Amino acid sequence: MSTMNETEVRAEVREWLAANWDPDLPLAEWRGKLADSGWGMPQWPKEWYGRGLPVGLARVVEEELAAIGAVGVARSGVRLLAAATILEHGSDVHKKRYLRRILTGEDTWCQFFSEPGSGSDLAGATTKAELKGDFWIVNGQKVWTTSAHHADHGLLLARTDWDAPKHEGMSFFIIDVKQPGVDVQPLRQMNGHASFNQVFFTDAKVPKENLVARVGDGWKVAMTTLAHERRGADGLPPPSKRGTRIGKIHAEEREETEKANQPYKWYPQRAGRVDLIIERAKETGANKDPVARQEIAKLMTLAKSAEWTARRARAAQRQGRPQGPEGSLGKLAASHVARACARVHTLMTGAAAMLTGAESPRDGIIAEILVSVPAVSIAGGTDEIQRNIIAERVLELPKEPRFDTGPFRNVRRN
Amino acid sequence: MSTANQSTAEPKRRIQFAFTDEQEQFRSALRRFLNDRSPTTEVRRLMATETGYDPAVWRQLSEELALPGIHVPEQYGGAGFGMVELGIVMEELGRALLCAPYFSTAVLAANAILNAGSEAQKAALLPDLASGARLAALAVTEPDGDWNPAAVAAVATPAGDGYRLDGVKSYVVDGHIADLLIVAARAPKTSGLEGLALFTLAADASGVKRRQLAAMDPTRKIAQIEFSGAHASLLGNLNDGVKAIQRTLDQAAIALASEMAGGAQTMLDSAVNYAKMRVQFGRTIGSFQAIKHKLADLLLEVELAKSAAYYAAQAAAANDPEWPALASLAKAATSETYLHAAAECIQIHGGIGFTWDNDTHLWFKRAKSSETFLGQPSYHRELLMQRWGV
Repeated sequence: MSTMNETEVRAEVREWLAANWDPDLPLAEWRGKLADSGWGMPQWPKEWYGRGLPVGLARVVEEELAAIGAVGVARSGVRLLAAATILEHGSDVHKKRYLRRILTGEDTWCQFFSEPGSGSDLAGATTKAELKGDFWIVNGQKVWTTSAHHADHGLLLARTDWDAPKHEGMSFFIIDVKQPGVDVQPLRQMNGHASFNQVFFTDAKVPKENLVARVGDGWKVAMTTLAHERRGADGLPPPSKRGTRIGKIHAEEREETEKANQPYKWYPQRAGRVDLIIERAKETGANKDPVARQEIAKLMTLAKSAEWTARRARAAQRQGRPQGPEGSLGKLAASHVARACARVHTLMTGAAAMLTGAESPRDGIIAEILVSVPAVSIAGGTDEIQRNIIAERVLELPKEPRFDTGPFRNVRRN
Repeated sequence: MSTANQSTAEPKRRIQFAFTDEQEQFRSALRRFLNDRSPTTEVRRLMATETGYDPAVWRQLSEELALPGIHVPEQYGGAGFGMVELGIVMEELGRALLCAPYFSTAVLAANAILNAGSEAQKAALLPDLASGARLAALAVTEPDGDWNPAAVAAVATPAGDGYRLDGVKSYVVDGHIADLLIVAARAPKTSGLEGLALFTLAADASGVKRRQLAAMDPTRKIAQIEFSGAHASLLGNLNDGVKAIQRTLDQAAIALASEMAGGAQTMLDSAVNYAKMRVQFGRTIGSFQAIKHKLADLLLEVELAKSAAYYAAQAAAANDPEWPALASLAKAATSETYLHAAAECIQIHGGIGFTWDNDTHLWFKRAKSSETFLGQPSYHRELLMQRWGV
């Protein structure tokens, strides 16, 4: 760890930016410079594109970049999850080959974890990898893969030992997506969007050296990826404050952001759009109906309480207090809020709730809410799994008896 | 602890989402006291008495912990803290289900005097309430059970140096033991929110007839009080009466919300403990997802209710203009959660949960009385919408 203080960090990054920031450079070239200097990912180790700074000081660096409008390293999609996983478990060959191109945005990544037969039970994966000569040969099917259609590489969780217990028979690989054995098909959702893919592997090849960690370590490595995902190192790029900046490099970045955001356009709607409730109450006249008023008040009470609960969790964290139960409840609360929103939007919209597209109020937004909300209580861990986690980890209730121990070969599955 | 009171002159301060270390220490000390002095054996003993409280414990919590005047400014003999600290006290009292005239004397009556009284009246009346030496009750609602002050029918007619009071008040918490009564009444020939004011008189004054009502919740006693030509003094002035009454009821809603959040937490804890202990079908019932999921949902609900109560208290302490709306939000939210938590606690206990010997019904009944007192959830949701301008 570096022993630099905030003032020194600010001075040094400012000096470097003054000498190097050039909005006329091509995006990847600028990011290459930034990555090599260590200022792109200052919290990473010095030997791998970082400066070994604590996270608090990394934020200072980000502020300095933002202050002069300098573009940062690429962050969108799964790439930072891939990078975090490689940093923790990858070999030097992996780090050399992939990290820099992740930061420059030259490579796009995706994550092959979920399968049609293993959703909540991720460790039940049955996509298999068999070592033949210098290659692992992969056969099976993955699903809910965001960005697979333009990804270069994927993080793959596959079964390598069918006689080991479930969690011990899996291995973790880096696979090239652009090869004949990998067939990417868009997966159309009930709301009409196709934000994800299903991916079929038919004798797809992974070079031997692309095994991450050891054979049998797959579950452990995947847990690292998921831990970073929960910590929020994933997904949506932050809304760009540089949206209006002129210059080729900014245009290039905007295009990248737009492409990365494309699959998530409906995400605000799946959360229920509580922000529209009061406006809609007034514009539909629902605010004059005593029954609707009750339902609106119930929903707003729930939404406000959920927001305050999240803020309590953050405040406790800032004070360095041990996390109370309020920190584990956000996802479940969000499901309740979304469903309540869908109910109230329907109530307020009346017969027009039967319409979709431009015929539907607010140019289709209301309809999109109604058909997108069912995703919230499933994506990223179903409500039922959340309740198990809360009951077992927070309330310390006993676990369910298990039926999936012993050799995986004998475990009942889909 | 913060020293915010509810004066409108108080500068705005930021809403805090975490309690301070001092507030947490205060809470712990209070919890230790209540664990010691208000076990359910004591609750059961006191709820069966005529007065409903233990004067020795009341003296102790007044003298050692200064609870009745926790939110009363120091110049009137209080500790000088505000709504947040009052909320902490109420949450802990609700958790332990303490049988004491706290809600009536410290919350309803003391706040009414703070909101309506003249300087001289505050100086004369508050020190005895803050020290716990006198008990007081606030009488607003009448036998029709309408919680809107506009429904007050009792009349105060100018007479000599004071007023003569005629009318009937009901659902008066601790009205049977109060020394001092604070009564909402209206000027003759007025209606609605016009002509309303608060009046004080000694509970043993002539023309006052008190009768304890048979309350479903024996831990919070209520009375009906008849006034026939009783001599009373005006509290404050005739113009600001309605504002003071409304403010007092809103503060009471937040305090009661805090108490309900505490009670709901007890119900959750009790249900979780029983689920870990009770064995059926060869396993602890807490290992069944049917029970786990119920309890996980309840935990979420209780935390949401606490957030609402905490935020409303913080908003009131900060004098945020939205606070009366949030008082209604918190009252509606916590009362539904409390009752649900009590009902689920009974359900998870199974048959034993429906017996008199099991303690759950004590909280269930408090949840029931609190659900209605100051107005049921639907009443407060409607108030919330009005106050938000929807």
